[in-house]
Amino acid sequence: MANISQTNVVVSNNLMARALREAFYAGLVALGLFVLFVGLKTDQNILNELVLVQRWGLLAIFVAIAMVGRFLTVAYIRPWFEARKAAKAAAPTVEREAGFVARNFSLLALIALVIYPPVMVALFGFQGSLKWVDNFGIQILIYVMLAWGLNIVVGLAGLLDLGYVAFYAVGAYSYALLSSYLGLSFWLLLPIAGVLAAAWGTILGFPVLRLKGDYLAIVTLAFGEIIRLVLINWTEVTKGTFGISGIAKASVFGIWSFDVSAANNFAKVFGLPMSSAYYKIFLFYLALALCMLAAFVTIRLRRMPIGRAWEALREDEIACRSLGINTVTTKLTAFATGAMFGGIAGSFFAVRQGFVSPESFVFLESAIILAIVVLGGMGSLVGIAVAATVMIGGTELLREMDFLKQIFGPEFTPELYRMLIFGLAMIVVMVWKPRGFVGSREPTAFLRERKSVSGSFTKEGHG
Amino acid sequence: MALETDTMTKDPILKVEHLSMRFGGLMAINDLSFEAYRGDITALIGPNGAGKTTVFNCVTGFYKPTMGMITMRQKAGKEYLLERMSDYEVNRDAKVARTFQNIRLFSGLTVLENLLVAQHNKLMLASGYTILGLLGFPTYKAAVGESIERAKYWLDKANLTDRADDPAGDLPYGAQRRLEIARAMCTGPEFLCLDEPAAGLNPRESLALNELLRGIRKDTDTSILLIEHDMSVVMEISDHVVVLEYGQKISDGNPDFVKHDPKVIAAYLGVEDVEVEEVIEQIAEITPGDTH
Repeated sequence: MANISQTNVVVSNNLMARALREAFYAGLVALGLFVLFVGLKTDQNILNELVLVQRWGLLAIFVAIAMVGRFLTVAYIRPWFEARKAAKAAAPTVEREAGFVARNFSLLALIALVIYPPVMVALFGFQGSLKWVDNFGIQILIYVMLAWGLNIVVGLAGLLDLGYVAFYAVGAYSYALLSSYLGLSFWLLLPIAGVLAAAWGTILGFPVLRLKGDYLAIVTLAFGEIIRLVLINWTEVTKGTFGISGIAKASVFGIWSFDVSAANNFAKVFGLPMSSAYYKIFLFYLALALCMLAAFVTIRLRRMPIGRAWEALREDEIACRSLGINTVTTKLTAFATGAMFGGIAGSFFAVRQGFVSPESFVFLESAIILAIVVLGGMGSLVGIAVAATVMIGGTELLREMDFLKQIFGPEFTPELYRMLIFGLAMIVVMVWKPRGFVGSREPTAFLRERKSVSGSFTKEGHG
Repeated sequence: MALETDTMTKDPILKVEHLSMRFGGLMAINDLSFEAYRGDITALIGPNGAGKTTVFNCVTGFYKPTMGMITMRQKAGKEYLLERMSDYEVNRDAKVARTFQNIRLFSGLTVLENLLVAQHNKLMLASGYTILGLLGFPTYKAAVGESIERAKYWLDKANLTDRADDPAGDLPYGAQRRLEIARAMCTGPEFLCLDEPAAGLNPRESLALNELLRGIRKDTDTSILLIEHDMSVVMEISDHVVVLEYGQKISDGNPDFVKHDPKVIAAYLGVEDVEVEEVIEQIAEITPGDTH
């Protein structure tokens, strides 16, 4: 007994000594690295002379952080992880029954979304809820819809599309132009925007069908840029970089309008105080309904022969052809269906903003949508919705972090770090879950029991 | 016996005439003509690089031959010129299915889904090109039920029913080979082309494969063309053997005839052209009365 405790003491002494030693080395390295970067700073004084400012205190903080961090890592964090790993290996693997939340996640999420606007209104009042319903709710839902559309092309059919934002732009401009020039209503233009985007998807599809992998990605990227440049330069129609403003608002199926001057204004009809919150809440439910439609269609399509053919195409294109599947039409339908969702989301975006300009449709948007699809887990609707919430909601949340100004000074604007944090989050998620939040795929048919397919068997597609 | 089958007027299902395929300066197939008969298992053998897989790819539409004509004659009498059709039409219209030398399964799809993808065209029609299916028409549901029944039949034949809901990539090698054949059969072919189905199988898996192939010949009216290196498989199950060397046919007949053909022996053992006569004499000495 005495022996054991003695050896334990020796081991822990050894560990502490090593931790201290490594902390010292880490401090040395940090000192060497930061002495010129942080310790010294060149500045201009009033006479415009270059002077050297010495910041030894800040340097000391940097070195201290490195030392303490290293000490904690070696002395506590690493042994803790090892102990946990050993405990995990020792414990028998028990099939854990999924909890109530995990089993009914989609339903619970849907209920939460339905009660979201009233809860926000109750919490923050009509004016205060605007931000939460519009910036968070509607914006996230638009991205969810876009990502679900891209999911058909990238996640199911395995065709890497870097120019998806082009269809978003086609949808938005279809609505903006047709409603401003022809005065058509939103409800008519919503499907038209979808059809037009699908047509453009097919047009893009034709030339790129022969391409695979990287080549396909580059050509779709070019297509996205072409659309944007056309929008900028075709000034007679699109008004170029000025964009189109004053786009007509949507109405509740033409019964109630949200125009302040209209006789059938929603607030007037119901005798409510004037507020723009009604319109936002209406748009929120509209976006939710469109998302549900997209989800319903995607889930149904996966069980159709065309959906299975898309997934088979992702797995092995040559095998598809050997089974009599026309891969040309299969790819085109994937492009067209994905583009249609993008177009519908685009026309919704136009009606929400009331203003479109080519600036909203830059490559970065394509990259963000693609990142959401990859992070969520290619092919998984729930995973993608979660990824969109985390990514878009997270970056929006940065705007709310005013308390950071008290720490870092009044000039600090957290939203400028948006992309940095976005990138870091992506790296973390990809290390932690290489196949995205939901890496497994649900089979579309089964004989005895539905077993989800592990992500290690599915392929990412190569064309 | 050999004479009997040769003189019987057999009904050719596939007729390959003067087929040539050139890759740049290489003549992979040079003026090849042979026939495969309905109801037979025809084996295509030859040393490595003889052009067997190239013949396969020409027959199944994956290559466009430089010259020649490939005629597929269906049971109903309809004829298709395969060299003019693209790869997916060869399967969809001419009813020629194939497997691959390196297995090409949809590994992330379950075994059952693999077999359902194979029935794509039938289901596509039943779902009214997706539109009726999306709206939930009963005709589509009935068609899906029928397809699952057909998949079950082939799962049973390939002895894979227990693994139906597992991902195809999770199956052992021999089972993957059988699944690939079952998947090809689910397209409802009249002519099945198998590219080295026994490659890499252990003796027991090989036996299971032979059983599956015999079952196909017995229970369906599908004719089979197969490439194989494993002579025990070829000699045991095939009715008719075509031997290729350097893109040319050197022998054609029943297994027994081919086995003793001096040209075949020369091709496999490798002798100079001038020594072929000697080999013939040697064979005549060893097996008197068995030469043709």
